[in-house]
Amino acid sequence: MANFSTNEFKAGLKIMLDGEPCNILENEYVKPGKGQAFNRVKIRKLISAKVLEKTFRSGESVEGADVMDTELAYLYTDGEFWHFMNNETFEQVAADAKALGDNVKWLVENDVCTITLWNGSPIVVTPPNFVEIEITETDPGLKGDTAGTGGKPATLATGAVVRVPLFVQTGEVIKVDTRNGEYVSRASKA
Amino acid sequence: MQDYGQDELSDVLWRMDISPDNLRRRAAIIAQIRHFFAHLDVLEVDVPVLSQFGVTDPHLSNFVTPFTLGNKVTSLYLQTSPEYGMKRMLASGSGCIYYMGKSFRHEDAGHQHNPEFTMLEWYRIGFDDHALMLEVDALLQGILNTEPADKMTYHEAFLQFADIDINHANKDDLIAALAIDTHYDLSCESIEHILQLIFNLHIEPNIGGSRPCFVYDFPASQAALARLKADEPGYAHRFEVYYKGLELANGYWELTDPKEQAQRFAKDNRYRNKLGLPNTTIDTRLMAALNAGLPDCAGVALGVDRLIMLALGKKHINDVLSFGIDRA
Repeated sequence: MANFSTNEFKAGLKIMLDGEPCNILENEYVKPGKGQAFNRVKIRKLISAKVLEKTFRSGESVEGADVMDTELAYLYTDGEFWHFMNNETFEQVAADAKALGDNVKWLVENDVCTITLWNGSPIVVTPPNFVEIEITETDPGLKGDTAGTGGKPATLATGAVVRVPLFVQTGEVIKVDTRNGEYVSRASKA
Repeated sequence: MQDYGQDELSDVLWRMDISPDNLRRRAAIIAQIRHFFAHLDVLEVDVPVLSQFGVTDPHLSNFVTPFTLGNKVTSLYLQTSPEYGMKRMLASGSGCIYYMGKSFRHEDAGHQHNPEFTMLEWYRIGFDDHALMLEVDALLQGILNTEPADKMTYHEAFLQFADIDINHANKDDLIAALAIDTHYDLSCESIEHILQLIFNLHIEPNIGGSRPCFVYDFPASQAALARLKADEPGYAHRFEVYYKGLELANGYWELTDPKEQAQRFAKDNRYRNKLGLPNTTIDTRLMAALNAGLPDCAGVALGVDRLIMLALGKKHINDVLSFGIDRA
């Protein structure tokens, strides 16, 4: 993999740091009038998901990380691996629990997820921003409440627990924002 | 028909970066600066931006262009500041002078940097650094409508914002006070570099928020072309001005001693060697001027584009330039 000098740093560049592939979030070049230039770089470690700030001497080089994002549809889990498929080439990829992390609770069959591959192996699975999942359990709630104030917890078919308005009932399908885990609306009827 | 790329055909990159409205405000500020100096009877001068000599400062880099003089191919250097030319003029008997024009630094572009920029530099005969700071403050108050500036020494700034007494701190103490994660080994770096990082990361963000702030009496290791303090030889008569996160100006009570200047240039070149940079031929004409006698004076260089960024409330230097380097 190619090396990158600090003057090639920009948001989105994938580099290796402490043996872990990382994504550059922000890069700020600092050059005092009299003094050595340096770069303040905000980095997300792609496996541990840690965000950190690191200072590089301008002109330093670091190894690039062979990381690519691919769009794959979720098929099924065998308990150990979660299987995804490229809808065009039908090529399949299996991700483990570590790559899924918390996002396992947003996996819906046939939904297209972003799979981040490092040296060809999945390290991160990112679900679509919005998913539609059926409520398997929630309290009946107060009759006549339509304003949706307060809300109540609802357990979804995938195991996720989301706060929903009181008028939403078990058996309904709701739309959820996976980035913050918040209820958006009832799902549009197909 | 030339084959244009997608970028050239797009509707954006041919346009100027600055808005037409700000272009007028920029011109008005430039006129106001000229008026300020006309009123003080400081003479506007021009110096060559292309010179046969480059800069020795290890942290500055010239653009270099080949030049054929007679049958000899030589190099010309785009000047990183008008300092050397202006000092030769002062030694020639020019009196108090200012230059407002382009300077060039071969370095990355950024929010606060463009490789080609407008610099205002002026020299006042008979002034010391404190008298010149007052004049810089008057200019800032006139253009930015600021309150009178704050002033603190470099030593005080470290005490107040980094909680460290640099007169009694070793490298480990400084690294601990810096408290950042670096990709390179700080313990192999010079104390000067670590001081500079503390200054940039812990002091600069905390000064000059509501009014400009002068920091003066820089350590002798960062004296550049300033004279050392007679009573505190560890410090030099150098100051900088900060306002709203921008380093605006850098000034000196000028070193006039040619012997000491020659030693500092030689030291710069030794440091350049250490960094693996080529030696810079010392500007013999500047040295000859210093030998002939530079009048006792103080001088300061101020980034005009940054001043305009502050006046117009802009965060990116491109917003005050006709064309930033990407569109140049």
